[in-house]
Amino acid sequence: MSRDKKSSCGGVDKPSMKSVSRRTLLKGAAVAAGAAIGSKAITGFPTIWAQELKDITITHVGMSYSTIIDIAKQASKDLGFKVEMAVTDHPGFVTRVTTQPESVDVADGEIRQRLQIVPRGVIQGLDTKRIKLWDKVTSIYTKGEFAGKQISRSGVSPYEVMYLDSKEGTTFHDGPTEWATMLPGVYNADTLGMRPDLMTRPIESWAELVNPEFKGKTAIQDIPEIGILDAAMALQAAGKVQYADMGEMTKEEIDKTIDALIELKKAGHFRALWNTFDQSVQLMAAGEVVIQSMWSPAVTAVRSQGKPCVYQPLKEGYRGWGNGISIMRHLEGKKLDAAYEYLNWYISGWMGGFIAKQGYYISVPETAKSFLTEDEWGYWYEGKEAQKDITNPTGDKMENAGAKRDGGSYEERFSKIVVWNTFMKEGVYMNKRWNDFRTA
Amino acid sequence: MQSSTSARRGRTWLQVAPLTITLVLFVVIPVVMIAAVSFFSFDMVIGAQPDFIFGNFIEVLTDRNTLNLYGTTLKYAALVWAITLFVGFWIAYFLAFHIRNLLIAIGLFLLCTVPFWTSNVIRMISWIPLLGKQGLINQALMGIGIVDEPVEWLLFSDFAVVLCYVNLFTLFMIVPIFNSMARIDRSLIEAARDAGAGRLRIMTEVIVPLSKSGIALGSIFVVALTMGDFFVVKIMGGGRSANVVSAMFDDIGILNYPHAGAQAVVLLIVVTLIVTAIMRVVDVRKELAQAR
Repeated sequence: MSRDKKSSCGGVDKPSMKSVSRRTLLKGAAVAAGAAIGSKAITGFPTIWAQELKDITITHVGMSYSTIIDIAKQASKDLGFKVEMAVTDHPGFVTRVTTQPESVDVADGEIRQRLQIVPRGVIQGLDTKRIKLWDKVTSIYTKGEFAGKQISRSGVSPYEVMYLDSKEGTTFHDGPTEWATMLPGVYNADTLGMRPDLMTRPIESWAELVNPEFKGKTAIQDIPEIGILDAAMALQAAGKVQYADMGEMTKEEIDKTIDALIELKKAGHFRALWNTFDQSVQLMAAGEVVIQSMWSPAVTAVRSQGKPCVYQPLKEGYRGWGNGISIMRHLEGKKLDAAYEYLNWYISGWMGGFIAKQGYYISVPETAKSFLTEDEWGYWYEGKEAQKDITNPTGDKMENAGAKRDGGSYEERFSKIVVWNTFMKEGVYMNKRWNDFRTA
Repeated sequence: MQSSTSARRGRTWLQVAPLTITLVLFVVIPVVMIAAVSFFSFDMVIGAQPDFIFGNFIEVLTDRNTLNLYGTTLKYAALVWAITLFVGFWIAYFLAFHIRNLLIAIGLFLLCTVPFWTSNVIRMISWIPLLGKQGLINQALMGIGIVDEPVEWLLFSDFAVVLCYVNLFTLFMIVPIFNSMARIDRSLIEAARDAGAGRLRIMTEVIVPLSKSGIALGSIFVVALTMGDFFVVKIMGGGRSANVVSAMFDDIGILNYPHAGAQAVVLLIVVTLIVTAIMRVVDVRKELAQAR
């Protein structure tokens, strides 16, 4: 868990040497793409406005995987006013946004966290008319569809928490309105990470997470709402527990799940329960575990250390998650204008290109295309074989030419989402039982 | 006359004011607030609501999980206390009685504090590459051929947690014990020796009784620090162990402040009882006053 490992995963505090070369590259790409969606075209305000906005600072609060300093630097450069990043962990995010809303300008949290934030009246409805590319935003969020088909509604699917009744609304509206709870941000389809070099056979099912064969060599994430879904995917696949709706478990289903987990833990099945992204990288890179809950950039980080690690597609499907950016209620006047400018910038391409390299998708994929090389687009979005070496967001090599993205294309991955990161009605009970698992 | 008494009284008030104000602002008010919140009700969606219910306390006190949590917490506290006391006592003893030159003693004492120049987190995390399955110790053991499979209990285990606490907290035992040992009049030891006392009797009847205040202070530090920590448990325990404070941290994670508040109040009472017990055995204030 050394410092350099940390910086290689999110690019959080990487010295600028490498980012300069990347930026130069991106600049080239931007020129090639034409200035159509460049920063000036999207501000939409006369120069005099831009002048007035220059003293404004927008504080972007979110979790480490999407709240990255490079994004703030680029946004500040393109927009002419200052964007600052403040990183929290999952619990810290909700705490900060709900208890110190004034210290946040735009809140970049998970879809499911809207259920905790929106009822408390700390955010304002996002005027979809002020988002220039709103029509291009992925229908996964705006319509609950993907590639023309309805996407899974198990768990907290983005569409369910997408709209408000009014600008000041604190309840969700079923179906599109003018007021959105958030600007759709980054999202991904999650699965298990593994070390193929330390395994003797191919892995195809979530059931392997609870397979006694891997006793003492597995880990699960200790964020209850997400960890329980990884456990449920595995237990259901192994035929140990059946769920009516995994995203909204009953007390009995929670009991069965936790009891099964406790039994596994007592048998020494889990090497660790990890809390932070860094820990998951460390566990995998050091060979402490061979199969575990993992996030995509963690896989990227392990690979950047030269250790083989795959984000294995599994036959039961993926656990989906996504982020959205909400504007806090206290914003008004010029600051609100600046926040809208920032949000418009966010989906205008640079960010999508940047975040694609840690394996995430952006809500308007086509804009990201101009900020990726054709090869990178082919690798990250289309599931094609890489023609050249693939680099991570900080410019370090992470994949040799010839490699293909695990799970294939954007379409292949997203058509197989079975459950979304969730926030259950029995959440208090689930957390209480999860504590039993922790202490067992 | 009258004016001089009131002036003196005014001065006394002024002298106690800074500490009183600090304590009220940063200890009394927060504790009262925590106690107040512990009676609030909680709902997952709307959060903590002002209320006056005993539900949180009933839940804390009847949940079998609480017993487990206190079991773990007290187990760690007892182990860490015993080990740091043993190690700390002998280091302090060595520094105070075996190093004749005061300058060298102070130099060695400062050496003990060197690790504290870097942060707790770094000192803790540095253990991980050493103890891991593919860590230095396991590589060495396997290299020599003592074991075939890596030893797993070195990391993400109670062993790792206790080791880390001992590493972090031993100094808090050394400092007060060294301090009280340094005040022991050397002629007392000579007198004991002249009167025919052996090493053991000098230790048990002269040094230990006169170091009592240091031992008590060190014990309070170590026990309170161990019982109040959650980070070491989370990281070195690999998330597989939990103590009272880590459970509170998890409560806060879902914004369940009332439950965390009730836990905090119960923990505060338990720690106060332990500290009181230590103070009962050793009257620290009296000992310190005497020494002066």
